[in-house]
Amino acid sequence: MDVAPKLLDMVWAILIFGAVIAVILGLAALYEKRGGRRAGWWFVGPSLVLLAIGLVYPALKTLWNSFRDAAGGSFVGIDNYTSIFTNSDELVVLRNTVLWTLVTPFVATAIGLLYAILVDRAKGEAVAKAVIFLPMAISLVGASIIWKFMYDFRDPAGGTTKHPIQQIGLINQVIVWLGGKPYNFLLNSPWNTFFLIVVMIWIQAGFAMTILSASIKAIPADIVEAARLDGVGGFQMFRFVTFPSIRPAVVVVLTTIAIACLKVFDIVRTMTGGNFDTNVIANEFYSQTFSAANQGLGAALAVVLFVLVIPIIVYNVRQLRASEGR
Amino acid sequence: MATGKVVKAPDKVAANVDKWFGADWKKYGTVDGTFYAAPSGASVKSLVWYSPKQFKDAGYEVPKTLDELKALSDKMVADGNKPWCVGINSGEATGWPLTDWVEDFVLRDDGADVFDQWVAGTVKFSDPKIVQAFDDVGAYVKNPDYVNAGIGDVKSIATTTFQEAGLGIDPTQGGGTCWLHRQASFYAANFPKGTDISPDGDVYAFYLPGKSESDHPVLGAGEFVTAFSDRPEVQAVQEFWSTDIWANLKAKASSDDTGGGWISGNKGLDEANLVNPIDKLSVEILKDPNTVFRFDGSDQMPAAVGSGAFWKQATSWITGQSTQDTVQKIDAAWPKS
Repeated sequence: MDVAPKLLDMVWAILIFGAVIAVILGLAALYEKRGGRRAGWWFVGPSLVLLAIGLVYPALKTLWNSFRDAAGGSFVGIDNYTSIFTNSDELVVLRNTVLWTLVTPFVATAIGLLYAILVDRAKGEAVAKAVIFLPMAISLVGASIIWKFMYDFRDPAGGTTKHPIQQIGLINQVIVWLGGKPYNFLLNSPWNTFFLIVVMIWIQAGFAMTILSASIKAIPADIVEAARLDGVGGFQMFRFVTFPSIRPAVVVVLTTIAIACLKVFDIVRTMTGGNFDTNVIANEFYSQTFSAANQGLGAALAVVLFVLVIPIIVYNVRQLRASEGR
Repeated sequence: MATGKVVKAPDKVAANVDKWFGADWKKYGTVDGTFYAAPSGASVKSLVWYSPKQFKDAGYEVPKTLDELKALSDKMVADGNKPWCVGINSGEATGWPLTDWVEDFVLRDDGADVFDQWVAGTVKFSDPKIVQAFDDVGAYVKNPDYVNAGIGDVKSIATTTFQEAGLGIDPTQGGGTCWLHRQASFYAANFPKGTDISPDGDVYAFYLPGKSESDHPVLGAGEFVTAFSDRPEVQAVQEFWSTDIWANLKAKASSDDTGGGWISGNKGLDEANLVNPIDKLSVEILKDPNTVFRFDGSDQMPAAVGSGAFWKQATSWITGQSTQDTVQKIDAAWPKS
């Protein structure tokens, strides 16, 4: 295709886009004179339609499927839910999701907060922050592959006198240098789940640090000065001034990371594929639906995940309203 | 199939498949008496990768029976070598190479009929015959003297990817840390470009032998082509793909572009179109009159088992779970219907 027709197409596209906007705005203007409420519907309408198609319908369909058998054919009552809460493999899935959601937000936020306070107004703050923020820029799959190499394990038992074992993983090589025995990080449950959580913390600590650092900087200087004049020490300053001032930001960071952990999929899938008792709900939901062709159980897992996210969202919204003073 | 979206294959495709493929291949594309899917590509899974050069230097012979394979493994251990390297890690599909091992041993220990009944679910995993096959596999892959060459202990099998597990076979680029690696014909693609894969080269494969020399069971796999529409243009493509013309064009194209790696069970496939020695070996094995071919069992079992419990439990088995627990958990996952 030549450039000219492409350009012409583009001009047309822009013209049509402009025309559509003009019609919408024109209609809106027309109705605005007659009453605000109807004009409001013109703006909300398209979003409602898209939400209904893209969110409400799939949610209801999933709920419907979760009470049906593997192929989505006949009704099986609460069988799918029963297997989630009784099958030993599924219970491990639930346990791991709980571990992820409890451990990651607090550790990542604590590290982010500590770092934000330590580098605040320190020399080279920008560089120090960039370093911890960098992992945020890496995709979860990329990060998982990096850490898979970090954790890589070669057991001396596989070597012979002719071919002794060489470590490939950085962490195990360091352990060997220090005189220790290499360790298979991804194999031994339940510790392997914590080694996967480390990856998420590595990524999310940067996010926590950025948000918290910004809100620390937003604390009015007069409060800090007043506290100084009252003679507070470093820890008291944190406890009575800094932390209460940034509390809403801490809550937002905690809940955001908690939701990310409930939905965690990429790390588990890339690093262990859910094997060795590291499976989590989102990955199990995918494997059941698309590999084991059990749509019913997959849908039920999705519903459980949805129900678990609700309280966190509710808490988040409440906190947001409280902090806005409504 | 259960969703009712797949369309029955047109008669011309069925006629082509009758003409160019064995009856067993047609059966794999047939569900409840209706023929849906024509076979396309194929791979031979009953292969053991080894290094002809290393074998020659050490004075080892390619085994012709299962007993000889065992004796060879023991001889290697006596010579101070770790014979086998195994890797079953494949992300979510982790465990599948072990299911191939077990299937190969069911075929060898009990024959093709038991294999078929096992795949159909009438012989359970907890049947003594299947348990025995697991234990026979265990005598190799759970034997700390035999595994895991160049990689680690028995458990390291679970965390080693199937792609990298056998690379130690290659003495030039892989270090020659490993002597034997059971993997399908497609594993040729995992060796670095330029690896000498030939009967006297750095890397080659031999047929995983049967109980006796005349016993010649082969485990394989393949792709099938089916349609979700009966529009004439769709049927025309289906028909073309089921001919010998297409098989030869495809084999020639893959020989020219990627140095081979594509074979088919199509009887019209001309071996002159294959450049890769492994492809030639695979087609020879497929065409051997003694060959009793069986399609990958886990691919035919219900998905909840074949691409679920069988993989997962085999993985738990390699990391220490007993054979009894393993077979019972797989049986429990078999869909009730």
